[in-house]
Amino acid sequence: MAARIDRDQLQQLVAGGAQLIEVLPAKEYDEDHLPGARSIPLKKLDRAAVATLDPKQPIIVYCWDVA
Amino acid sequence: MAAGLPTEGTNSTRPRAGTVARIDVPTASLSERLGDVRDRVRAAGWEAAIVTDPQRVVLGLLGAKELEKDPQLTVEAAMKPGPSTFRPYVPIKEVADFLVKHDFPSTPITTSDGKLVGLLMRSDAVREAEGCPDCVRSMI
Repeated sequence: MAARIDRDQLQQLVAGGAQLIEVLPAKEYDEDHLPGARSIPLKKLDRAAVATLDPKQPIIVYCWDVA
Repeated sequence: MAAGLPTEGTNSTRPRAGTVARIDVPTASLSERLGDVRDRVRAAGWEAAIVTDPQRVVLGLLGAKELEKDPQLTVEAAMKPGPSTFRPYVPIKEVADFLVKHDFPSTPITTSDGKLVGLLMRSDAVREAEGCPDCVRSMI
């Protein structure tokens, strides 16, 4: 089940072993990303990519803040 | 993205709004007396303060002009409400150009939920931008 989290929750979850995934294109990931994040561009987020994730750990997905 | 916290990547070491902003900017609340805030701000060596709510959400700006108003006023009555803000990730040259174009002495830097990161002074932004003329956004 997906849930929106805030910055503090993100830090707590990552400290506890959550997987942090950036879904922007790889070029943008190369330029800038959150510490410890993995790159899985949205267009490549298929079954094979999902299979590389640990289903026992929370998965945090983010893109970019343009607000 | 990282609300002024460190990031990784080829752009992560280049100056951006959040890394150049002064995070020790004084803050004030709406109900404070302007004279009290002015004394506190100047004692700290500042000529500006950011008005925030208890969650540090930016509500207004007290610049040099606002701090000169009647000291009996409340901060709410004296402040410049709803100032223009920038996000921490914005490349420094973009902000420097904006501040020069609009002749603003400074701008608050906030997270996407409006919380204060710091105050970016035009002089700081221009100086950093001169040292990094290609510090403009290549993405989005």
